[in-house]
Amino acid sequence: MTTRPKRTLNASAITMAHGAGGKAMRDLIEDVFLGAFDNPDLNALEDQARFDIAALAAEGGQLAFTTDSYVVDPIFFPGGDIGSLAVNGTVNDLAVSGAIPKYLSCGMIIEEGLPVAELRQVVQSMRAAADAAGITIVTGDTKVVPRGKGDKLFINTSGIGVIPQGVDISASRCQPGDKVIVNGFIGDHGAAILNARGDLALSVELETDCQPLHGLVQAMLAVCPDIHAIRDASRGGVATVLNEFAETSAVSIRLQEDSIPVRDEVRGVCEILGLDALYFANEGKLVAVVPGAQAEAVLAAMQNHPAGQGSVIIGEVLEGQPGRVKIQTCFGGERILDMLVGEQLPRIC
Amino acid sequence: MKFVDEFRDPQMAKALLAQIHALVKEIPRAQHKPLQIMEVCGGHTHSIFRYGLEQLLPREIELIHGPGCPVCVLPMGRVDDCVAIAEQPDVIFTTFGDAMRVPGSKKSLQQAKAEGCDIRMVYSPMDALALAKRNPDKTVVFFGLGFETTMPSTALTLQQARAQGVDNFQLFCNHITIIPTIKAILDSPDMYIDGFLGPGHVSMVIGQKPYEFISAHYQRPLVVAGFEPLDVLQSIHMLLLQIREGEARIENQYTRIVPEGGNHQALKAVSEVFELREFFEWRGLGSIDHSGVRIRESYAQFDAERQFVLPNLKIADPKSCQCGEVLKGVIKPQQCKVFGKQCSPETPLGALMVSTEGACSAYYSYGRIDAVAV
Repeated sequence: MTTRPKRTLNASAITMAHGAGGKAMRDLIEDVFLGAFDNPDLNALEDQARFDIAALAAEGGQLAFTTDSYVVDPIFFPGGDIGSLAVNGTVNDLAVSGAIPKYLSCGMIIEEGLPVAELRQVVQSMRAAADAAGITIVTGDTKVVPRGKGDKLFINTSGIGVIPQGVDISASRCQPGDKVIVNGFIGDHGAAILNARGDLALSVELETDCQPLHGLVQAMLAVCPDIHAIRDASRGGVATVLNEFAETSAVSIRLQEDSIPVRDEVRGVCEILGLDALYFANEGKLVAVVPGAQAEAVLAAMQNHPAGQGSVIIGEVLEGQPGRVKIQTCFGGERILDMLVGEQLPRIC
Repeated sequence: MKFVDEFRDPQMAKALLAQIHALVKEIPRAQHKPLQIMEVCGGHTHSIFRYGLEQLLPREIELIHGPGCPVCVLPMGRVDDCVAIAEQPDVIFTTFGDAMRVPGSKKSLQQAKAEGCDIRMVYSPMDALALAKRNPDKTVVFFGLGFETTMPSTALTLQQARAQGVDNFQLFCNHITIIPTIKAILDSPDMYIDGFLGPGHVSMVIGQKPYEFISAHYQRPLVVAGFEPLDVLQSIHMLLLQIREGEARIENQYTRIVPEGGNHQALKAVSEVFELREFFEWRGLGSIDHSGVRIRESYAQFDAERQFVLPNLKIADPKSCQCGEVLKGVIKPQQCKVFGKQCSPETPLGALMVSTEGACSAYYSYGRIDAVAV
């Protein structure tokens, strides 16, 4: 590779020129993206990243490949931003298969007028999150759309990871007798975003739970290689994941309402708006279905990991009524926990 | 969580339930035919299903889920009117969130929004007024909806709009009042309600006096009830005590919120801005005299009904809908011919499937447990 003088971006806001393929775009890519992500694969500026197959094959038997797009509003919120979310979200989609995350792509759709300082902040945050997750951003793309045709910034990331031999985690493997575990307070991210939009004017402090989960999953697999199912409870929340499990495995699942961990602040938001934290998005929470005999050992391993200190068993898998998720209320009554119909809309009175 | 957990204590609930089970045995007529207790308010319906209370009550008590869900009883023609307003140029149409999905004869507000109308969800009418001030070149219309619970905030917003000289703010008034509808239910020949759980938040505004005719003329008891599970159970217990003694009084369980005389300031604002309509159409129940309010002449400049040309059509519910019978307690939601088939929360045909406070939606979302072989 020949060495070139480093290009710098002097504009204060993104314009259509930064997406036009010319010098302005090169300034943006080299200064903002290469400057932050800085690794040999990306710096080569080829149209594609290239991997050594043998090195990947040495680490496991299967590749995991996933993609997700991030359109959160606002792009900065307490505890994180769209950048850390775009990295951790895709890392977690890999992690819950048991994969060790390896490579990430980054596609940015930027609305004309976005302050360059904000873009730099997001990109720095992506680098920090990637470093924390041990993943490398190896390829990317930038598009600029006219003002009003996007909403500040959308990011797509795709990720590749390697699944170690012998790991078979699948939504179809839940069996009667299995226990359901979550790794801590649920609903923090959804409540934090709702609060950050500022429409509610609530005086509570709520932070996203955005964190990578691959380390936690590896710690779980170390004590129980035969974990049946794991999913990260992002959009649609814990309730949606459990409904997917029950349907795919043709089993029923029963939760104990009083064992489900929800922060008081999040419960408060739910009480005011008539919403249910079980449907709120999480960005650092997983739901695991584990053989009953090993549930306590897995739980202990989770509680010993920084990303799982608040882990608890919240329910169990039962025979019969395939696809049904129910919840035993603290009074001993039972009710159904269904999929959401549409958006969770606040009640009016 | 303070002020909430105290009213969800499982031990106290168990104790109350044991008392209810014992008490109902002391009421001879309940042994032949279940006592029908109507919870008037959709908030109660939601709470009853959310906490699985219905299954815990003795067989001698049958809960009838009343008409107190303002979103559910909104007729389709009024939704069409909303869409017609939202489709006008330079209009920002604002609404509470759960009215977005209510089906009109052609489309819901959610569908109109997807088609390009500027429709925004707000949490209070004051948010809509603020939006009007920020957008002086647009007309901001607020979709006023609900019983006496939400009426005062709408009234105060109109007072402020006038005081501040905001001339691009309009109200599409669909506020309704619960008392005439309770009377219509009591006059209905095909039903007999043994007692009522009165709407807690409506009563916070109107007080207890407006219910007195229920005990005086119809000899039925009513207990104004709070919305937490223990509130509901305690209120049922209070009703049973009255029924056992053959009494019919208006009592207040929700004393921590509901003053006997209501809220005078709120009532003053309401009566300054609104007046009774001759009649108002309720979905599933038909036209009920004096059951809705409209904007007074002195506030005419803010009245969307006077400013916009509206289709104002009466649109009948699909024939297969049995919402009216469910509302009156003649049948249970799952006994309706279309329940869970053509009519579900994804594609609601009838009023009661629309909001989470509707009886059919609550049954569908939370309560189908009993309907499935275990």
